[in-house]
Amino acid sequence: MYVAVKGGEQAITRSLQLLAEARRGDLATPELTLDQIRQQLRLGVARVMQEGSLYDEELAAMAIRQAAGDMLEAIFLLRAYRTTLRRFGYTQPLDTNAMRVHRRVSGTFKDVPGGQVLGPTYDYTQRLLEFESAATSEPVEAAEPLPDAMPRVLDLLDAEALIERIDAGTDPEPADLTREPLMFPADRATRLQNLARGDEGFLLGMAYSTQRGYAETHPFAGEIRMGEVDVLICPEELGFTIEIGSITLTECQMINQFHGGNGLPPQFTRGYGLCMGEGERKAMSMALVDRTLRCDELGEPSYAPAQNHEFVLSHSDSVEASGFVQHLKLPHYVDFQAELSLLRTLSAQHAQRARDEEVTTQETSS
Amino acid sequence: MTSNYNFAFLDENTKRMLRRALLKAVAIPGYQVPFGSREMPLPYGWGTGGIQLTAALLGPDDVLKVIDQGADDTTNAVNIRRFFARVAGVATTERTIEASVIQTRHRIPETPLREDQILVFQVPEPEPLRTLEPREAETRTLHALADYGLMHVKLYEDIAQYGHIATSYDYPVLVDGRFLTSPSPIPKFDNPKLDHSPALMLFGAGREKRLYAIPPYTRVESLAFEDHPFEIQRWEHQCELCGADESYLDEVVVDDLGSRMFVCSDTDYCGQRRAEQAA
Repeated sequence: MYVAVKGGEQAITRSLQLLAEARRGDLATPELTLDQIRQQLRLGVARVMQEGSLYDEELAAMAIRQAAGDMLEAIFLLRAYRTTLRRFGYTQPLDTNAMRVHRRVSGTFKDVPGGQVLGPTYDYTQRLLEFESAATSEPVEAAEPLPDAMPRVLDLLDAEALIERIDAGTDPEPADLTREPLMFPADRATRLQNLARGDEGFLLGMAYSTQRGYAETHPFAGEIRMGEVDVLICPEELGFTIEIGSITLTECQMINQFHGGNGLPPQFTRGYGLCMGEGERKAMSMALVDRTLRCDELGEPSYAPAQNHEFVLSHSDSVEASGFVQHLKLPHYVDFQAELSLLRTLSAQHAQRARDEEVTTQETSS
Repeated sequence: MTSNYNFAFLDENTKRMLRRALLKAVAIPGYQVPFGSREMPLPYGWGTGGIQLTAALLGPDDVLKVIDQGADDTTNAVNIRRFFARVAGVATTERTIEASVIQTRHRIPETPLREDQILVFQVPEPEPLRTLEPREAETRTLHALADYGLMHVKLYEDIAQYGHIATSYDYPVLVDGRFLTSPSPIPKFDNPKLDHSPALMLFGAGREKRLYAIPPYTRVESLAFEDHPFEIQRWEHQCELCGADESYLDEVVVDDLGSRMFVCSDTDYCGQRRAEQAA
């Protein structure tokens, strides 16, 4: 009989048991270790750290295992854990000029000081499924070691004053989006922070739309670099800077044509993307969207979705989007009941009107 | 109680931030206060706003009731109650009269609330103008100017088109004669309970990072026109379990022939009435 809303507690307990069983799979197969995930699924780990806003490979690996490989669920787990962490300080701005580069390519110059360095990339694999397990070859010593730091490609243009100058010293202190709500209009630092946490798929789609005529920004991949950067903090009680470790970052600087406007001379402009770990697709998408969102500042006509601050920034977060889309699973029968009774009233009125009209037609025709 | 986490999950600084925002909300009835919404271990859209407010309100002596669709035993209500039992160890109840804090989604209990109770609403979309104006920068300006023409035109167009105001839940209200406010998706049946309520009513929208309040004994009007006064839902049925004819009814399909039964949506109210009848 009337059982619809009863038994919620027991149902949840049973569901959790089923989930645990489904997640573990066949007990004869050993459980994945965190090291396996961290090392062999490192790009997944990087994405979870990046969108989870927490650089911790071990926790990200744990989240991926717990989420059975569902990246958005893993990101959610990491974010929820992050909420409970205490802040003990802020780092100095990271210096990506001093990056120990593993990969560095430029689409704008054939050769650049420091060279083009492919590094570990899927770009030139032939996407043939390898039916045998991946062959490991002996490491080969490079003819000459990579330099400790490489100059930025965009700085070469800067010397000629062909590209907009951005003085880091004039940057205002950035807001912390995980502590303060996003408000509009949002400044560039806030937008970049939002994009950095944003869903890779969403940003990829937004970036792609700008290439297909919805806000053309004429981009060139000025430089993409990936490598390790030292993290420095300056504790108040010490008064000098100390290094607390290093993290892997991917940085992308797009160069975009700009014919001048809003009082600015014709010059190249920049779009910027940065993410933790190896995440080139994300960094490039972010750089394209960042540049597109600068339309107001540069006096460009704004008409496309990717140029609309509120549209992009309010919908970029996968944890927000996934929760709200899926909340439709929750019971809505009180509201549905309200709609039912409204619809019944409207439909009865409609039928009545139809009958009245029929009577009128008959009267006039007779 | 899980000791790895602070009492009621959130750290004390976050609770302080929330309480300050709540005080501001109470001081400006119906105004949406932006706040630093945290990422909770439950999904956005599933009550994260309400959960944060409840976490900021709870003390060890509080008694918590959680309802969804008026029922204590719906899965999400169960889950939120389990969450607070786990991270705060507070007493929980299904009785409206025993609770000091009631977190709700989509209903206001039928049992009248008291001055010593707080009702916390889970709010999916705090902005009543959102479907009419998607830009946040714009809606904030409209609120600042108390320019609610958009909403009046929408309601007027409903009447012109359907002969009725075609909003049956999340029916917009004017709080203290000033701010147009979303009562959250409660059926308009519950709107009159907002007016001059002895209990403090708090609203939390986690994903949208806004909270607002209707302080006790505040005037809350549901928008209407002189010639089209505000009306609530009425049923031709009574609750088949307790016989109530003044409560909000859920329609339950009981077989595959389309037979229906109507029962109280407020399970505590219904249960108490049946217990009284049996006694």
